Amino acid sequence: MPLSAILRVLVNQLIFANLMHRPVRTLLSMLAIGVEVTMILTLVGVSYGTLDASARRARGIGADVFVRPPGSSAISLSSAPLSEKMVPVLAQEPGVALATGTMVQSMGGFETIQGVDFPAIDKMASTWRKPGDPEKEGFKFTEGTAFQEPDDIIVDEYYARQKKLHPGDHIKLINHDWRVSGIFESGKLARILAPIGTLQRLTGNEGKISAVYLKLTNPKQADAFVAALRGKLNPGDPDHGYQVYTVEDFVSQLSVSNVAMLKDFIYVVIGIATIVGFIVVFMAMYTAVLERTREIGILKAVGAGPTYILNILFRETLMLAILGTVVGIVLTYGTQWLIGHAVPASLVQETVYSWWPIAAAIAIVGAMLGTVVPAMRAVRQDATEALSYE
Amino acid sequence: MSNLDVHGSLEPLPTPVTASTIIEVRQLMKTYRVGEIDVHALNGVDLNVRRGEFLAIIGTSGSGKSTLFNILGGLTPPTSGSVAINGRELHTMSDAERNDLRKRTVGFVFQKYNLLPTLTAEQNIQIVRDVAGRPIAFDERFKEVLEMLGISKRMHHKPRALSGGEQQRVAIARAIVNGPAILLADEPTGNLDTKNSDIVLSLLRDLNKRLGQTILMITHNPEAAAYADRTVQMRDGCVV
Repeated sequence: MPLSAILRVLVNQLIFANLMHRPVRTLLSMLAIGVEVTMILTLVGVSYGTLDASARRARGIGADVFVRPPGSSAISLSSAPLSEKMVPVLAQEPGVALATGTMVQSMGGFETIQGVDFPAIDKMASTWRKPGDPEKEGFKFTEGTAFQEPDDIIVDEYYARQKKLHPGDHIKLINHDWRVSGIFESGKLARILAPIGTLQRLTGNEGKISAVYLKLTNPKQADAFVAALRGKLNPGDPDHGYQVYTVEDFVSQLSVSNVAMLKDFIYVVIGIATIVGFIVVFMAMYTAVLERTREIGILKAVGAGPTYILNILFRETLMLAILGTVVGIVLTYGTQWLIGHAVPASLVQETVYSWWPIAAAIAIVGAMLGTVVPAMRAVRQDATEALSYE
Repeated sequence: MSNLDVHGSLEPLPTPVTASTIIEVRQLMKTYRVGEIDVHALNGVDLNVRRGEFLAIIGTSGSGKSTLFNILGGLTPPTSGSVAINGRELHTMSDAERNDLRKRTVGFVFQKYNLLPTLTAEQNIQIVRDVAGRPIAFDERFKEVLEMLGISKRMHHKPRALSGGEQQRVAIARAIVNGPAILLADEPTGNLDTKNSDIVLSLLRDLNKRLGQTILMITHNPEAAAYADRTVQMRDGCVV
């Protein structure tokens, strides 16, 4: 065995023995680093998951093009500034097979209720893709039916599970008592759908809608259609005014990097997580160094220089950080399970593998920074004082 | 043990008693600051130790003998005066050179054994080889030394599973595993009962006689000092 390998084995044994010497402290340190990693991975997972779920639902109704009001953004939750008279106008455009308008009303937080013309939206969802595609069949109800009365709503299976709803149940939303008429398979529009007329009336938006969904006769011409429609709706300045996207463009905007607020929030959480990791490792290594004052003195007495002692301490930290990262990844599956069972309609968490090494690097850097001061204390410790330390 | 002749055993160690001086101390002073008071631990110590000699330094508590021990080992610097180890002045050495001195030239045995509690006896010895950048496997000659010390069967035990005598013998093995020219022992029997004290002192004497190991032993016990070739007494920071 090469010399370096032998040395590594012995020092690793010392590090492992040190970690095992204080199992509770080691476990708590690992857990704290794990929580740091979980904070990052859960937030990133929820961000990606929720946006991806939105993208899937946007695709799910089979529209090829969206028309949105001027000044709206990809993740705007509600507003109804468009006149519903735009729907028949747009339906007359060459190349449009179907057109339907919807309106979105926020219920606070990320929850929205979406008003739809159910027959039209169901028809749009039913007529896309090739036969046999499971998503071709429009809205599929796991329980109940579509709206029967103006005060009926339909909810998706996640919302129903979270709120324990079944057909016939009543639920109060936006100060109105609704009856659940059916529960549909998730993947289309919002999680709660109501008749558009009722929603317009309840929110004082009669005749107003939030967006128009268009189904084209030839989806391959979507880009050309969008360019032409932009020119027509926004004469003189096609890139401003009414927002016209292909569905694929719209979906591509639903990414973390395109949502500045979300990106900043992730950075803030990463900062907090790093500080937590730093403090925990600082405390753990500071007490470890203090406790091992005599041992460090022994090592110095036998000739160990600063490099040798730093090597031991930083490798010990590295091992803690790596083990903590593994704990964090396991815990992230726990949060994923918890979110999936406790609030499946509100949040969707994905496993974002590309962030594993990033979270690990953040945990390691935080832990290493936390070790600097204790390690410097160890290196500067006077050997004779250290040897007389009780 | 017969093959442990003084020529060609542990690395640079075999050095028969000769007239050459291995430790030369001149007018050594050490003053500590305790609060606002200067404490003169050493007041002009002069001392010569010959290569291969077993020297005991005897003195009461506070006589300065442990301070001398720490300075000779390069663990703490003197206030003034000079110390030459193997012909090299300590005060001219850098920190790295003093570390090298402790790796290769001076081995320590402490009263409280000072073994690393999380490692086995064998690993406690190996880590000193590791620190010195040497292969950690023991050669046949060192295995014979372990036999001589009576600890070869206890190598896989952690310090807490060893008696005080065994721990001190492991500490002696650790101190000589790199073949240092000088073994410094500070009250090596201070924590041992009479029986184990006799064993440890006999072993030190054997190391000195068989391997030619230069030993400088600090003790307050005249009976322990009697095992040495020569005894010097310290009082109030001076050799008397």
